[in-house]
Amino acid sequence: MSRNRVIPGFGLSLGYATLYTSLIVFIPLAALAASGISLGAETFWAVVSHPQAVASYKLSFGASLVAALINLVFGLLVAWVLVRYTFPGKRIADALVDLPFALPTAVAGIALTALYGRNGWFGQYLEGWWGFKVAYAPAGIVVALTFIGLPFVVRTVQPVLEGLERELEEAAASLGANRWRTFRRVLLPALVPALLTGFALSFARAVGEYGSVVFISGNMPYRTEITPLLIYSKLEQYDYAGASALGVTMLVFSFILLLAINALQYWNLRRQGGG
Amino acid sequence: MSGAVSSLSTPANAVVTRRAVTEAAWLRILLTALALAFLGVFLVVPLVLVFQEAFSKGWQAYLAALTEPDAWHAVKLTLIAAGLAVPLNVVFGLAAAWSLTRFQFRGKQVLITLIDLPFAVSPVIAGLIYVLVFGSRGWLGPWLEEHNLSIIYAVPGIVLATVFVTFPFVARELIPLMQEQGVSQEEAALTLGASGWQTFRRVTLPSIKWGLLYGIILCNARAMGEFGAVSVVSGHIRGKTNTLPLHVEILYNEYQFAAAFAVASLLALLAVVTLVAKSFLEFKHQRDRERATRAAARQEAS
Repeated sequence: MSRNRVIPGFGLSLGYATLYTSLIVFIPLAALAASGISLGAETFWAVVSHPQAVASYKLSFGASLVAALINLVFGLLVAWVLVRYTFPGKRIADALVDLPFALPTAVAGIALTALYGRNGWFGQYLEGWWGFKVAYAPAGIVVALTFIGLPFVVRTVQPVLEGLERELEEAAASLGANRWRTFRRVLLPALVPALLTGFALSFARAVGEYGSVVFISGNMPYRTEITPLLIYSKLEQYDYAGASALGVTMLVFSFILLLAINALQYWNLRRQGGG
Repeated sequence: MSGAVSSLSTPANAVVTRRAVTEAAWLRILLTALALAFLGVFLVVPLVLVFQEAFSKGWQAYLAALTEPDAWHAVKLTLIAAGLAVPLNVVFGLAAAWSLTRFQFRGKQVLITLIDLPFAVSPVIAGLIYVLVFGSRGWLGPWLEEHNLSIIYAVPGIVLATVFVTFPFVARELIPLMQEQGVSQEEAALTLGASGWQTFRRVTLPSIKWGLLYGIILCNARAMGEFGAVSVVSGHIRGKTNTLPLHVEILYNEYQFAAAFAVASLLALLAVVTLVAKSFLEFKHQRDRERATRAAARQEAS
């Protein structure tokens, strides 16, 4: 334990930070873990492997995966356009990317539901012309999750793209590579860690999302019920045991994702530093 | 480097190089249009719709929805929750950033991971954990009941849930910033006889002020807009434990769409103000940084 000899306040700042973190984060999460463990393996397994729970995992993970993939592609496109091109209103477009961080999820939820509902601006055409039901169907969940995960890929790719040296592309071009080949062989490999980080962040956010989804999904068990909603309804029925078991399952998953994201970010930083 | 390369190339070569590192005009326009269409469909249209629906029954109905007692109560409770959660997390953020960036100690990584956790946890779980601790059947439930205290389905629970979901914002903003700035200026102030508190106020605080403000603005936006976690612990008691987002939900579920969107438009306005303030701070921060780089370059030259 090496302490800085000149700078004061080590004990006070670390002590306060540790105490506060323990009270707000660690002890309550430990309560969840303890509550999950106290169920015993059999009850725990019965809850987490119940068909309704399994259906909710499939929906939560599936919809989050699709949304994160949409954000991967369009996030790269938006980041590319914002870094490389100039066009009127660019600053506004750039600021707007963060809207999903700033707009409360409940507001996003009711707005998207109104938009994609049967009488909505988009819904009337999608449903009326093509018979494609978005609101109150899994597609609506994907729309909501795409919305809330939108900024992640853009914001992780943007700084890396800004930092890339143009010489690499010039060299590739002077060696005879066309633009597409340069993009695929030179630019894309340099962006992979940032893309993966953004993808994982957007996926992690989507799996836990609740507010924007409850309005648009319709919340039908087995069909459009995401896992956070299932936990919520168990809590409303005072089924603390069931809620804890599902909560622990999701928590373990979040924790694994968090570790993966940290590893990816480390990779990304090293790549940026070295490249 | 790039200067050396371009000065070597003849004008004709320069044209070739420029064409080689950008795309054809039609492709640039197509990509820009696609990106803007995506942002338009997913961000602009929903935002416009909120205001359009809010005023769909006219100004009178709009104002009536906002001045109704339950709406007022929701505004007050939202301000209380954010007014408590934000300062608490600012103090914590400063303490955490100070200890993590100014000292080396064992378990540092554990603390950093714990600070990040609330970002990774579902809002519903954020509510659930407090129900398990403070709820009537939770760890402290019987004790609280004995002393006639209620946390869950009451204001303290709402504040706690808000504190949890906004926990990392300020710390996450300050840690990389203070890491980057290093300790040399603070050490200089201290060796010149400044006290620890003076050093913090006169040296550290001015250099992190934009980052701190940035963290506060994001923290505040999330605190006022949190829905899932607050929903779990609130109990939805109208006029008692309803925050603005919860009030939006109640109105919406009662099919009072215009009123729901009217209240939602307040929150949307908050989001727009947050984005404007955020862009302004980014601009300020960048300018300060450029000034610092130029000053350093000048010092090196002399």
